[in-house]
Amino acid sequence: MKVIEHIAYDLIIDAVPVGAKVLDLGCGNGDLLERLMFQKAAHTYGVEISSAGVSRCVERGLYCYQGDIDEGLADYRDNSFDVVILNQTLQIVKRPAYVLCEMMRISRIAVVSFPNFGYMKTRLQLLIRGTMPKNDLLPYEWYETPNIHLLTIRDFRNFCAANRFPIKSEKHFRIGPDATSRPVQCLPNLLAQYGFFILDGATYTSSLKKM
Amino acid sequence: MPDVDQHAHQIIARTSFFTIDNFTFRNGRRLPQVTIAYETYGRLNADRTNAVLIAHALSGSAHAAGVYGPNDERPGWWDLYIGPGKPFDTERYFVICSNVLGGCSGTTGPSSINPETGRPYGLDFPMVTIHDMVRAQRLLIEQLGIKRLLCIAGGSMGGMQALKWAILYPDMVQSVIAIATSASLSAQGIALNEVGRQAIMNDPNWNNGDYYGGKGPDAGLSLARMIGHITYMSEQHMHERFGRRFKDEELSPNGLKQTFMIESYLHHQGMKFVDRFDANSYLYITKAIDYFDLKKDYGTLHAAFEKVSSNFLVISFTSDWLYPSSQSKEIVQSLRANGKNVMYADIETDFGHDTFLLDCEPLKRIIANFLKREYERVCAS
Repeated sequence: MKVIEHIAYDLIIDAVPVGAKVLDLGCGNGDLLERLMFQKAAHTYGVEISSAGVSRCVERGLYCYQGDIDEGLADYRDNSFDVVILNQTLQIVKRPAYVLCEMMRISRIAVVSFPNFGYMKTRLQLLIRGTMPKNDLLPYEWYETPNIHLLTIRDFRNFCAANRFPIKSEKHFRIGPDATSRPVQCLPNLLAQYGFFILDGATYTSSLKKM
Repeated sequence: MPDVDQHAHQIIARTSFFTIDNFTFRNGRRLPQVTIAYETYGRLNADRTNAVLIAHALSGSAHAAGVYGPNDERPGWWDLYIGPGKPFDTERYFVICSNVLGGCSGTTGPSSINPETGRPYGLDFPMVTIHDMVRAQRLLIEQLGIKRLLCIAGGSMGGMQALKWAILYPDMVQSVIAIATSASLSAQGIALNEVGRQAIMNDPNWNNGDYYGGKGPDAGLSLARMIGHITYMSEQHMHERFGRRFKDEELSPNGLKQTFMIESYLHHQGMKFVDRFDANSYLYITKAIDYFDLKKDYGTLHAAFEKVSSNFLVISFTSDWLYPSSQSKEIVQSLRANGKNVMYADIETDFGHDTFLLDCEPLKRIIANFLKREYERVCAS
């Protein structure tokens, strides 16, 4: 099983304005943050649970916090970041609703990308084989998967509607042969491998204040 | 292969002394003169941008690295981390370490002679705080011609000094490395410190702190140190290192004579400590640790860090129960909330609070890399 690296990096880098203050939740080795630093002159911050990841971030001079993603987001002030990124991590976090609400509060823009459980191949594996899907997107056996909150693109849309999260744009995609993200416009919940949402945190936060 | 002298790269250390006239303590008491013992390793660069101040913990001294001569077999307390090619690389940085105010290793403290009476201060020595220690260090740094420190680093009480430095003198501190420390010691920590103090004060030889020239409260101080050592180790580490083994397996395990390895270790640590530490200094410094409270001093921890401008590296150890990870996280979260640059690593180890004094590869790597990056930032600006 090949491991796909740097999923959605191209789309995320496009979404980050030059000089932005960026927080990457689950930043791993800091690959994305480093690229944002060089390509977008971004001020970068990260949260990562693995000590190997944190150690690599320190080596690269990236400011990184070792811990669970949902630890301490509450301390950040409203809109203190331009962009908060949750890339291929939503399905792993313990409290996704809490994390998303906090992301919306602390950042002007929230970028969320995740493997789409509604993707055709995944659906067919469950339907035809009757086994838990295991493929490039979900490369784990059921007993060793870190994914505890799997979802589809439609699930996420419903979630945003229920929580009044304004969606700025959607760029669902599949991975092309050259490892780039290929947009899927037609029936994304069936044909896109990954969901990609940009949410408007600033509008959400100001709407909270009016309530 | 050429003959490699093992000590070829060993620093030869020398203690220097700096005198401050009219030092006023935070409680208002003034001493006409205090002396600060300090050591430096490496060279200050022409721009004076490579100075790193090391702040020591409760029982430390100015002797952080190197040896005093070719026959000295006991290197400084942080020699594993300071020296050529080590994380605090003395070929790149100018490293300074001074003994804290109230200490007993060359800096003025309760065991120093009061010029007014010609006798040691004893309990007449002014109550010292972390704030006072830091103010004295600042005077030393200025005296050395340094306007801005590349870094202030310390573990445990040393970390408290580092945090205080960043708060008191934001313009003088490029970066902070705070290891296994806290914005305020826990009630449990205070309790254990108090048991140590009571051990000293209940020793008849303590004599209200007036024991100099006679037999001191050795039993009490040694007991305090034994308690301390228990708190510096994790249960796991103690189990692995000593287990339930006896010192002398031949002796029958009945009666009071038989000793467990752990008992013998603590006795040894206690006795060793008495030779190098002053009981009154122990009382003063542990009290300074207990009183340290950034939340109380500034209203909230968020408020405490509002004006700091340094970049931070905060490190905790998973098995440290004296200064648990949660207390480091609290510091990090307040810094983050204030939008400060902070790195945080929770290093997995079984060695407890003492890890920072031991050979810990992940700690070495993180310190070295952080410092290297901070130095690059300074050089670039």
